[in-house]
Amino acid sequence: MSVPYAKLPAWVDYGLIPLINLAVAFLVAGLVVLAVGESPLRAASLLIEGAFGYGEGIGFTLYYATNFIFTGLAVAVAFHCGLFNIGGEGQAYVAGLGVALPCLWFDAYLPWYVIFPIAILGSAMVGAAWALIPGWLQARRGSHVVITTIMFNFIASSLMVYVLVDVLKPAGSMAPQTRTFAENGQLPRLDWLMSWFGLDIGGAPFNLSFLLALVAAFLVWVLIWRTKLGYEIRTMGFSPKAARYAGVSESRIIIITMMLSGALAGMMALNPIMGDQHSMQLDFVGGAGFVGIAVALMGRSHPVGIVPAGILFGMLYQGGAEISFEMPQISRDMITIIQGLVILFAGALENMFRPAITAFFATMTTARAGKTLPAGE
Amino acid sequence: MTDIAIELRGIDKKFGLVHANKDIDLRVRKGSIHGIIGENGAGKSTLMSILYGFYQADDGEIFVDGRKADIKDPNAAIAAGIGMVHQHFMLVENFTVLENVMLGAEDSQILTSGISRARQELKRLEHEYELEVDPDAIIEELPVGLQQRVEILKALYRGAEILILDEPTGVLTPAEADHLFRILKQLKDQGKTILLITHKLREIMAITDEVSVMRRGEMVATRKTAETSVEELAELMVGRRVLLHVEKGPALPGEVLLSVENLTVRDSRGCDMVKDVSFEVRAGEIVGIAGVAGNGQSELLQAVSGIRRAVNGRVLLKGEPIHVTGKADPSELRHRGLAHVPEDRQHMGLVLSFDESENSILGYHDDPRYLNGAFLDIDAIRADAAEKIEKYDIRPPNPRLKTANFSGGNQQKIVLAREMERDPQVLIIGQPTRGVDVGAIEFIHKRIIEMRDAGKAVLLVSVELDEIRSLSDRVLVMFDGRIVGERAPDTGEGELGLLMAGVENSREAAE
Repeated sequence: MSVPYAKLPAWVDYGLIPLINLAVAFLVAGLVVLAVGESPLRAASLLIEGAFGYGEGIGFTLYYATNFIFTGLAVAVAFHCGLFNIGGEGQAYVAGLGVALPCLWFDAYLPWYVIFPIAILGSAMVGAAWALIPGWLQARRGSHVVITTIMFNFIASSLMVYVLVDVLKPAGSMAPQTRTFAENGQLPRLDWLMSWFGLDIGGAPFNLSFLLALVAAFLVWVLIWRTKLGYEIRTMGFSPKAARYAGVSESRIIIITMMLSGALAGMMALNPIMGDQHSMQLDFVGGAGFVGIAVALMGRSHPVGIVPAGILFGMLYQGGAEISFEMPQISRDMITIIQGLVILFAGALENMFRPAITAFFATMTTARAGKTLPAGE
Repeated sequence: MTDIAIELRGIDKKFGLVHANKDIDLRVRKGSIHGIIGENGAGKSTLMSILYGFYQADDGEIFVDGRKADIKDPNAAIAAGIGMVHQHFMLVENFTVLENVMLGAEDSQILTSGISRARQELKRLEHEYELEVDPDAIIEELPVGLQQRVEILKALYRGAEILILDEPTGVLTPAEADHLFRILKQLKDQGKTILLITHKLREIMAITDEVSVMRRGEMVATRKTAETSVEELAELMVGRRVLLHVEKGPALPGEVLLSVENLTVRDSRGCDMVKDVSFEVRAGEIVGIAGVAGNGQSELLQAVSGIRRAVNGRVLLKGEPIHVTGKADPSELRHRGLAHVPEDRQHMGLVLSFDESENSILGYHDDPRYLNGAFLDIDAIRADAAEKIEKYDIRPPNPRLKTANFSGGNQQKIVLAREMERDPQVLIIGQPTRGVDVGAIEFIHKRIIEMRDAGKAVLLVSVELDEIRSLSDRVLVMFDGRIVGERAPDTGEGELGLLMAGVENSREAAE
């Protein structure tokens, strides 16, 4: 028999609770900073100042956020199908080929606005292809995607070292990276966008792919909640039995979802390759695939949550770099600890404060309503 | 000394806006079996959870044996001599009976002495109450009825004088239920007090001494069982007169719409669950399949509706074969006029986290009237859902409400509305009223009869023998994967019961 239970208003569920979790994460992080003998308040102000205090800082924050939005969306789409794609890192890495090759081939002939769509398509297709294999293995052979995608991260890593060292490295160069693309292989920066707000992004590589990330977030929302495919994905994710009953082909949906997830992760490669370094370098993904898991968790697998969560992690990256520069006691590893705490409180311990908050709101609403409803209907 | 084992005074409990228990008084006589009956959501489980210490009452007092008891957690309840047998067993499946009984009462860190003491105690209890179970059997290998016995032993082992049983017969065969009742009577004779929570009126009449009726969080009446009737209790539960008897005219069977020939189906472990089964369902008749749960009915339903692949045999829908041994596609079968109300409403028939309107298209989501190309036409879906809500009186009437927030009866109405409003030729229904309250049962039964009278072929599977007998025009009995007999619906319960238990020649045996 069911237990009657009071529902929380949406703004509490999606707004207040994540904020409280975040506040607690920062509180605990503050204690860690205190323990190494630095002032948590100064660290916090450095973090905020470094991430949002000036144009260039904001530019970097949003540049990192772009990566995390893409990988966060990738993880979220798979979540909706009940799949845990932790291979975003490898999918993005291999998808670098889908970006770098068109740039290397066409940057002498085609303008950037022709190369860009080719690179979008290329990165999405290569990312999807890399996710297809684990997806197929899950759908047809029952090999768990968590295992296969993590293995594919290692394969991707080795494959890309080979490609960069033995295939794409220009002759005579010592660095394992492609040649620098000509101007046609570079995405325009969004300095004009920032200048509307009177900000100067300085040297920050904030570029067009940020807008693409926002478009992708919107399209993911449309896909999941407004299309037949999204309906089937959610049915599958919530209840595989119901999906079978409804005549939804399990293997088809798993494979399609993994490919969509891989495509989104793959598009992340546009940002560092075409938007920042203008060449493909070793390990350009730099852990963004894994941060995407935290972003998706924190954003509740909803694009409206993923975009701010991506920006939050962008802030931690950028502001964290600033802290480690200003406070030699605090190394980059400390920043990783803070990120870990955010993941811990926002993801794993998400429901820690929920009972207390539910009880609080229950008494509030009862007091306000002044009367009570009968049980049942 | 007093002869009242439990007294509740003014128990009150709110969950937010839901007033689950309103100022409840209850007196349970020592050494009696006291039934608590009410529809789903009437507050029975909440009240028992308060008594067992899962919840704290907002107001009110509990007296055990005349002494005021402060039951703030289940440990306090156990200390006060109250034991509970939950609806869903709280057993460790891969532990032995003995290990489960000891769990949480091991006495010391080193188990050896505890084990031998527990073994002795278990033997004594078995002897005293005729509760025989092999102490070294693994739980998951025991039938459900014995697992329940272990739950009872667990409570007795902890010295329970008062036993609360929450919907104990939901998972039992009629024979197992009878056995349970014998055990309960035995316990009563030994001076134990038993609180039986159920929504089955027959059980109340069969075994209780007194019965209390709850409705919408209130205790509306307490009666001596001998002085009341099923009709009165049903009326008290629902708050209005209820038609317990299904009224229907004679069947007018037409052409064969569904025919099953030599069907064999295997479960996921590779055991044959349906063995060489053949039958027909004609237009305008209801064929009921009776049987104890787990005798192949689920697999049969799944194979006929295209969800599970059959190993052998043929199924014809309106004379056209279904690819039951190959890749049958449930959505294709829907297009061909076969609707299916699945047994497992909560996991198969519905996606509980979807809103109502999303569930009202499950399986029909590729119908162009709900789509704009590849996009869902949300307005059309909600309008369609609102129409069905009105027609089937689904409450609350809100297509955007999460399905999990509807009561069992209303959830079932969502499924029925979806499947019946498609005007199917063949309707397959599994457990139409499981977990559904009395008021909704009446409505659902009426709808099923209406479908029959509209010339549909209805295949009905239910573990409620009463339901099979009152709805069906023909009854097939399934045992161990086979159809072991066909009987008329007015065949005596004893004879059907024996067939369900696999006794051949049940006609003679029943006499």
